[in-house]
Amino acid sequence: MSEHTVSAYDEELTEMAGKIAEMGGLAEVAFADAVSALVSQDLELAKSTIANDERLDNLHQEVEMKLVEMIARRQPMGQDLREITAASRIANDLERVGDLAKNVAKRVIAIDSGLNSKKLAIGVEHMTELALAQVKQVLDAYTRRDAEAARRVQEADAEVDAIYTSLFRELLTYMMEDPRVITQCVHLLFCAKNIERIGDHATNIAENVYYMVTGERLPEDREKLDETTGAV
Amino acid sequence: MNEMPSIEQANAMSDSKISANKVQVYYGDTHAIKDVDIEIQPRSVTSFIGPSGCGKSTFLRTINRMNDTIDICRVEGSIKIDGEDIYDPKVDPVQLRAKVGMVFQKPNPFPKSIYDNIAYGPRIHGLARNKAELDDIVSSSLQKAGLWEEVKNRLDEPGTGMSGGQQQRLCIARAIAVSPEVILMDEPCSALDPIATAKVEELIDELRENFTIVIVTHSMQQAARVSQRTAFFHLGILVEEGPTEDIFTNPKDKRTQDYITGRFG
Repeated sequence: MSEHTVSAYDEELTEMAGKIAEMGGLAEVAFADAVSALVSQDLELAKSTIANDERLDNLHQEVEMKLVEMIARRQPMGQDLREITAASRIANDLERVGDLAKNVAKRVIAIDSGLNSKKLAIGVEHMTELALAQVKQVLDAYTRRDAEAARRVQEADAEVDAIYTSLFRELLTYMMEDPRVITQCVHLLFCAKNIERIGDHATNIAENVYYMVTGERLPEDREKLDETTGAV
Repeated sequence: MNEMPSIEQANAMSDSKISANKVQVYYGDTHAIKDVDIEIQPRSVTSFIGPSGCGKSTFLRTINRMNDTIDICRVEGSIKIDGEDIYDPKVDPVQLRAKVGMVFQKPNPFPKSIYDNIAYGPRIHGLARNKAELDDIVSSSLQKAGLWEEVKNRLDEPGTGMSGGQQQRLCIARAIAVSPEVILMDEPCSALDPIATAKVEELIDELRENFTIVIVTHSMQQAARVSQRTAFFHLGILVEEGPTEDIFTNPKDKRTQDYITGRFG
């Protein structure tokens, strides 16, 4: 893309993309830390994760203000308009990822005991790995303006959903076997749901990156099916 | 006066109002418009945008043969309005310009009263049989142009004494008075302040119920606000034409993209 006649406009767009990338980095770290605190029952890490969310929130507000200002001052058109609207939506998604991570960290403190099932821990870790990879890849796709990579992220979300469904069933089994673990399992279930939703936010971001780059909507080629609704 | 068409008539007119085919315009040796093909829909607003010197005004002026007045100007190709070639030797340019009215960049009321500004066209075209009919045309034209309430008590005052925005709406009322089908506007708001501009834009939006409007504008925001279709011209070529929302959110051609985002040159 060649440069704008008004060079300050280019600087603003670059700065905005930089801030989105920074938000992405913070959200990624918050998510990884929250799950690592959960798996290893690290209360200190959980607390710092909760505290760090404020930075992401502040950055989000800063980005929103900047975007509104750019719309008012530059009246963006075409590619610029798509960049700016996409940035606004992506910033919202990243802020939500941060909130979900924070919620996982809060539950670490509430559970107050490690995951007593190795199998469950592995399930949560595996799901996190996938969801985290989704977040990383979609942020990469955003930075590189890569519509094809964004499309792959959207497709891969089905795997995260599948693991969530199997974790859900497993937790249900534990709760039926031993009512004393219900509290812990419900917290874990919420954690798993949060991770699954982080995956959904990665998909949202992917759709916005695709639109930003191509100007076309990314076709939803898979059925949105939450299999857990049928399992109850 | 213009009567609202019946539904059947409206359906029958769903084809293009203006149809340009392989249009070339030369000023002496300069090839100013190259191979322009465009279909302009009836009862809608089409904007022509593009950098200065891209040919958008030149092309606009081919639609009512305003270029005929320039000696060294030569037009080739065909421009049809309702299927009729307007460059056919049998077509009288004066009659054509009654059918295809024009509003210019700078308001140019005649140095006459407000009333006579509007009545001038109907008089020379013999559209009114008596004073009462002429009064009707004047009042309904001013009403359609949204100017009636502001001027009804001072119709005998000179048109040149009005504000710029009022003068421009007076010129639009004057164009409407001869019952045109097409109204061409060449940067009609570039000399107006934002409020007067908004009033003209509101008027354009109302007029498209009854007229086919083609507007040349340097303001992309204005094109985005008032038109249903937008055409981008560059170096005498029609680069891209399409629904306004597509041109401003997802143009297909890189030149359009560069122009609308302010990356030209």
